[in-house]
Amino acid sequence: MTSEEIYSQLKDIIKIYLPEDVSVSEINSNSHLINELNINSSHLIDVVLDVEDAFDITIKDEELEAMDTVSSAIDVIQTKINHK
Amino acid sequence: MSDYSSIIEQLPYEPPFLFVDQLHDVNENGVSGVYTFKADEYFYQGHFKDHPVTPGVILTECMAQIGLVCLGIYLNGIEKNSTREMTVGLTESDMQYLQPVYPGETVTVLSEKVYFRFGKLKCKVSMKNGLDSIVCQGTISGMLIPKRSE
Repeated sequence: MTSEEIYSQLKDIIKIYLPEDVSVSEINSNSHLINELNINSSHLIDVVLDVEDAFDITIKDEELEAMDTVSSAIDVIQTKINHK
Repeated sequence: MSDYSSIIEQLPYEPPFLFVDQLHDVNENGVSGVYTFKADEYFYQGHFKDHPVTPGVILTECMAQIGLVCLGIYLNGIEKNSTREMTVGLTESDMQYLQPVYPGETVTVLSEKVYFRFGKLKCKVSMKNGLDSIVCQGTISGMLIPKRSE
């Protein structure tokens, strides 16, 4: 799976949890999920759980912190998919 | 059972804001417990004027204390981290209130774990009255959060 394909699926997941004052167009690969997209810590976990289902991977507790921006989340997902 | 009373002892609440009397069952997947709303609970003085009814926020609190916090303690997430730095926080709730709960009523809270991942516990909860009919139900989530520094 290319990182563009991952990005597109990830964006579809993220947009479900965006607060009302952040629009989908504000998502880009450098976006910080909490600081820029204003996703709260509770919803961030829902994003990660949806990511697990969508890509059929398992994220460990310590890997959560590494998924703070869209691009770093794509990296984590890419690595996991490659090691399946 | 004695280990259930140890869960209640670890709760970070005390009267007049402790809404757990007893736990009936606690396991990996859920919890059930009861609370009796005493006739002289402080909130009946104002909710409503001359017509005491248990506020929906208090029903939610009761469900959160039994359904989330007691289960969270059992699942070890809270106990392990229950230091001076961390506390529990309600992060999401989606509730429907179907019937009033009056002073003196005993309610039973049933909670079923949806997931407990990354320190977040999400549960499907329902509350039944003495006639075994549902008074409110929904989903609630909570997390361990850092305490505000003094």
